[in-house]
Amino acid sequence: MTTLTDPAKGAFRLSMLIYDSRYRSITIQIIALIAVLTLIGWLISNTASNLADLGKQPSFGFLGEAAGYDINQRLIDYQNQDTHLRAAFVGVLNTLLVAAMGCVTATIIGVFVGVLRLSKNWVVARLMTLYVETFRNVPVLLWIVFTMAVLIETLPAPNQFRGATPEATMLLGDTVALTNRGFYVPEPLFSRSIGDIHLFGASPLRFDVSLDLIAVLATLIASFLIASLITRRADRIQAATGVRPRTWHWRLAVIVLPLAALLAGLGFYLGHPALKGFNFQGGVYMRNSLIALWLALSLYTAAFIAEIVRAGILAISKGQTEAAAALGLRPRRVMSLVILPQALRVIIPPLISQYLNLTKNSSLAIAVGYMDITGTLMGITLNQTGRELETILIGMLIYLTISLTISFVMNVYNDAVKLRER
Amino acid sequence: MKKTVFLGALTVAAIAAGAASAATLDDVKARGKLNCGVVTGLVGFGAPDANGRWEGFDVSVCRAVAAAVLGDPDAVEFVPTTGKTRFTALASGEIDLLARNTTWTFSRDVDLKFEFVGVNYYDGQGFLVRKDLGVSSAKELDGATVCIQTGTTTELNLADFFRANNMSYDPVPIETNAEGQQQYLAGACDAYTTDASGLAATRATFEDPAAHVILPEIISKEPLGPLVRHGDQEWGDIARWTLNALIAAEELGVTSANIDELASGTENPEINRLLGTEGSLGEMLGLDAEWAKRAIKANGNYGEIFAKTIGESTPVGLARGLNAQWKDGGILYVPPFR
Repeated sequence: MTTLTDPAKGAFRLSMLIYDSRYRSITIQIIALIAVLTLIGWLISNTASNLADLGKQPSFGFLGEAAGYDINQRLIDYQNQDTHLRAAFVGVLNTLLVAAMGCVTATIIGVFVGVLRLSKNWVVARLMTLYVETFRNVPVLLWIVFTMAVLIETLPAPNQFRGATPEATMLLGDTVALTNRGFYVPEPLFSRSIGDIHLFGASPLRFDVSLDLIAVLATLIASFLIASLITRRADRIQAATGVRPRTWHWRLAVIVLPLAALLAGLGFYLGHPALKGFNFQGGVYMRNSLIALWLALSLYTAAFIAEIVRAGILAISKGQTEAAAALGLRPRRVMSLVILPQALRVIIPPLISQYLNLTKNSSLAIAVGYMDITGTLMGITLNQTGRELETILIGMLIYLTISLTISFVMNVYNDAVKLRER
Repeated sequence: MKKTVFLGALTVAAIAAGAASAATLDDVKARGKLNCGVVTGLVGFGAPDANGRWEGFDVSVCRAVAAAVLGDPDAVEFVPTTGKTRFTALASGEIDLLARNTTWTFSRDVDLKFEFVGVNYYDGQGFLVRKDLGVSSAKELDGATVCIQTGTTTELNLADFFRANNMSYDPVPIETNAEGQQQYLAGACDAYTTDASGLAATRATFEDPAAHVILPEIISKEPLGPLVRHGDQEWGDIARWTLNALIAAEELGVTSANIDELASGTENPEINRLLGTEGSLGEMLGLDAEWAKRAIKANGNYGEIFAKTIGESTPVGLARGLNAQWKDGGILYVPPFR
């Protein structure tokens, strides 16, 4: 017979830190923590002393100095006498622009391809497999450079549109010009514009927001709200009487009429691009660097999203499809009403990573000369001021902020669609 | 896994710690190779030839320094750098010497903490356009699309030039000369701007160079020269006086053909001091007496290098112009070897 006794209390010896299993894990954690902190501290002090040896004290004063260089694509007003901070802001907006365009396009293509890859049509399914495998297995940088090279080498230069018998002509009734410098498309203009709001006064972060745009967006949102009220009313009537009233013409009218009235009131017209001097003038100018980056990033990320969507759909048990079919739903309705809503739960979390990937991959913009934050702040500003450490730190902070914001928004959305257990 | 990451971080940290050491000469000697930053490829100034051997005007400076320090003009590790990466490469210690048509400016010398050791080519920024564009002056480029290498002084000059003349332009930033050439030839930009010498070198590689013209306006001063890190004066002296030796050799009539003969002693004391038969100039630099002889023998004197790589008999076809000796109406004027 054995007796178990507790170890004597109060008799703490130093060796117990290693030999006593109650303390050992804490000891190891503390040692690891000290080691990591020492390493970080040593790295920081080493960097600081090396910079001091070079005579380069970290300073962010350069952000207030005149940048001196021009940026071809800018969503806000900027000229070369503005500060480096302003140039960085132009870069951030360009990053956000290509990231937003890329995420939307990649999602649309990705969902489409992912669903089609499961198609019973052999040719369609194989074609989609081919697409996914080609885009997924070639580095995105090559796709970006390749797209850019194709745009530059295959499309005509602006001066080929010149002369009595030009080698190239504009499309869609002389409204769209595809050149090897970019695409010129008609731009919306207002002859009775209600002006802009100027935000942040004269600071480097100032920017103008068009009141016309706000008015159009507000009208559209209001219209869609009313349209959804009409739908809900139809649902109620259907639930009560079993007969669904026809509503599509009402909904269409609610969306189209106010918008048309607003546009007419503002004097809406389209400004067409026209060849003047060296380039086309007027219209919206989409640079080929933007198009190359946008297309390549979208198509590349879409291949991954397609796989995520396919996995999500396959994760829904076949019984669901069969049950929905037994209720008499058509295959398209089965997909949109039964399968996709459930698949979203599986799809959203990995989709967040893809959005983050796309945003971070947009820093490859420099390969085609697209002036994003990597091109302005961490490119030209770094080079002209020699502030490597400072610019890279700011750049990292900006990417971190953008990524965390995307993550946060998508997580909120995920919470909204995820399975609620009752 | 965690351990690997940790060790990796340690290695990186150790490399970072080693980078800022001062005695570059000792490092180069211990390594047995000179790490020299050059362009990614610009015919005449620095590009690998058909056999993969780096050749060119700037490359010759690397070879001369390697010959002076290590006794072997081939003991050079050429590190291709872009306009953007060159300064970081030099500041971090990845390269010992940057010989890559880099403009000597105040802020690079003072603020970026580099030391320009001299000027090996006096240049200015120009514009290259197609003849059929019908432009005869840079002042007519209002509204043009201009290809430009980012991270260069040309970028700032361009902005200044167009602002001063109240004109607008559309910059297309590019990373390397090859990329600029592709965009320019495809017509994605109307004009290509960089140093006039670089434009001449680029045009030389075109299928039909005669269809392109360099506009007469030179919009800036671009003294191009090799540079080293600030803070190691001994190494800076070696690079500076190697370059000076090449230029002085031309002035004194020392060529790769007659150098062996002259090295056995001449009537001219300056030649004797340069080639090490008199005085102890090499010793003062921390090298041996024949350092300059080896440097000159590597590729010939400045004039020979110029004629061989970018001179009028080459496809690049540059005239000496400002880059002639002061006696011949140029501004090359080196301090005496004394």
